[in-house]
Amino acid sequence: MASDQATTPPPPPLPEIQSHDLSQVIVLHPPPVFNYFMDLFSKKFHLLKAWESPLPLHEFLTNHAHSAQAMLCSGTGPSISADIIRLLPSLRLVATTSAGLNHIDLTECRNRGISIANAGEAFSEDVADLAVGLLIDVFRKVSASDRYVRHGLWATKGDYPLGSKLGGKRIGIVGLGSIGFQVAKRLEAFGCNISYNSRKRKDFVSYPFYTNVCELAANSDVLIICCGLTEQTRHMINREVLLALGKEGVIVNIGRGAIIHEKELVQCLVQGEIGGAGLDVFENEPDVPKELFELDNVVLAPHMAVFTTESFKDLCDLMIGNLEAFFSKKPLLSPVMNE
Amino acid sequence: MDSITVLMTSPMSDYLENQLKDRFNLVKLWTYSSKTDFFKHNSHSIRAIVGNTKIGADAELIDSLPELEIVSSYSVGLDKIDLRKCQEKGIRVTNTPDVLTDDVADVAMGLMLAVVRRVCECDRFVRRGLWPKGDFRLTNKFSGMQVGIVGLGRIGSAIAKRAEAFGCPISYYSRSEKPETNYKYFSNIIDLAVNCQILVVACALTEETHHIVNREVIDALGPEGILINIGRGSHIDEPELVSALLEGRLGGAGLDVFENEPEVPEQLFGLENVVLMPHVGSDTVETTDAMADLVIKNLEAHFLKKPLLTPVV
Repeated sequence: MASDQATTPPPPPLPEIQSHDLSQVIVLHPPPVFNYFMDLFSKKFHLLKAWESPLPLHEFLTNHAHSAQAMLCSGTGPSISADIIRLLPSLRLVATTSAGLNHIDLTECRNRGISIANAGEAFSEDVADLAVGLLIDVFRKVSASDRYVRHGLWATKGDYPLGSKLGGKRIGIVGLGSIGFQVAKRLEAFGCNISYNSRKRKDFVSYPFYTNVCELAANSDVLIICCGLTEQTRHMINREVLLALGKEGVIVNIGRGAIIHEKELVQCLVQGEIGGAGLDVFENEPDVPKELFELDNVVLAPHMAVFTTESFKDLCDLMIGNLEAFFSKKPLLSPVMNE
Repeated sequence: MDSITVLMTSPMSDYLENQLKDRFNLVKLWTYSSKTDFFKHNSHSIRAIVGNTKIGADAELIDSLPELEIVSSYSVGLDKIDLRKCQEKGIRVTNTPDVLTDDVADVAMGLMLAVVRRVCECDRFVRRGLWPKGDFRLTNKFSGMQVGIVGLGRIGSAIAKRAEAFGCPISYYSRSEKPETNYKYFSNIIDLAVNCQILVVACALTEETHHIVNREVIDALGPEGILINIGRGSHIDEPELVSALLEGRLGGAGLDVFENEPEVPEQLFGLENVVLMPHVGSDTVETTDAMADLVIKNLEAHFLKKPLLTPVV
């Protein structure tokens, strides 16, 4: 009989995951990973995108981020200052896509008991690779001689001026953290001699340790800046240090622009007080001192040391992992320890 | 020894020139307007040639110098010297191995990093004022890329050692397998090219290795692959390389040498995935002086009837 052939009623529709069911993550300014992977974050979290709001930042936070417990930030965009933190009464986690922490008021976070997660060692290799790439470029004039060839000068002007041998050079690493260690490991294979200056001596290496950066410079042919930017390291590399490095000396910076006193660096380069520089970071990015454009012994990069597809994907996974761990009350994947 | 006449084939080093002038009667080939003029004045006095990668000692030159006893090359490469003729005539040949190994390996690494991480492109980006308009894009990661080396001699081994520090797995193709290394051996260059992401040419140029990197090898390396040449321009079929790059069939190239130096195919000048250097592999102050010293020491040893330091023939 027809009535016995019961048509099973259609199953109830699955509840749509409303964005307000997802945990809130406040984002003041899109981190570079959002250019490629924002949707991976949007699927899992309710992103409060301050930069898209017409409201001034303070108003947006007061009106919309009152219950946000987590923030995702990067080295670009507004600093995570005490003022901003005070507008976020529920904030318990700041996750930054950078390794550096100089844009975060660490004292305020400590006082509020706010945890911090950063990029950990996700791109230490990439940054080290660029540091070595910049160093070889300065010593062997890779970019400068490439320019020479592309302008057709090899055929008309003859052989290019000689470079400098990398092997046997004394490398002074400023900051022997994860990145500094990867740089040292690589340059050892080129026959370089490694020394370092760091906040503390590191027991796991046998490289000579210098307590102050000026002494390190005086005993090095190359300085590679691999440390973080703090009150202590701001403008640490000044004219005194550069003069100690000397007329043949080369400096490579893949840390933060403000670790070097940029005006004094430019002056030293223009006056020939140091031999050359490889710079991925600057005091006032994206502004780069125009005097450097005249120099062939300088190699310039637009803060791209971490810009590899592998790093960005790893970083994305790491940040999502940190946020998920936070919201499920599990240990963070890459917490920054209070020191 | 200033009664001994030494021929320098081209201007290669002021330091070497001065050292030769101090010790010998130096004749400079490039100061003569014609070959006939040169031969008229010097054929019977020249006992040594100091050649380089531009002008060595070919059959014609050797045959025209009956008193020639030794060719001391200011290079490690011997492709510009007619070795067979030297052997036949009992002429000694020396080169400059070891002193330039590190520098050439460093340039190979510099080219790899520059191509993969787009260092030169970044430098152009900043200098052109493009950074305020937006960030640079993403590149590939270099550490861990598979590196394949053609020729695991002194220079090839030095490159391998450096690349290993970046976590790069190393494979190679060489005339003979080197079981004392941990690197993966391939018995032919096609298999090597298929199995690596960066192919580095580091072997000597001989009849066998002329155009060893041809269309087939380039295709095997593929549109993501990168070719690095610090050997000799003629290792690569240059027109094939150029069309592969223009057509996107090869991912990128870092070149220090070209088939017809100092001419470089102009079609490469507009490419961002290419880095071009003007044959500077051993061009550092330290190494060029060391090479010059080795040339001088070999010449002195020969004329003092002592053992040569770095003989090839």
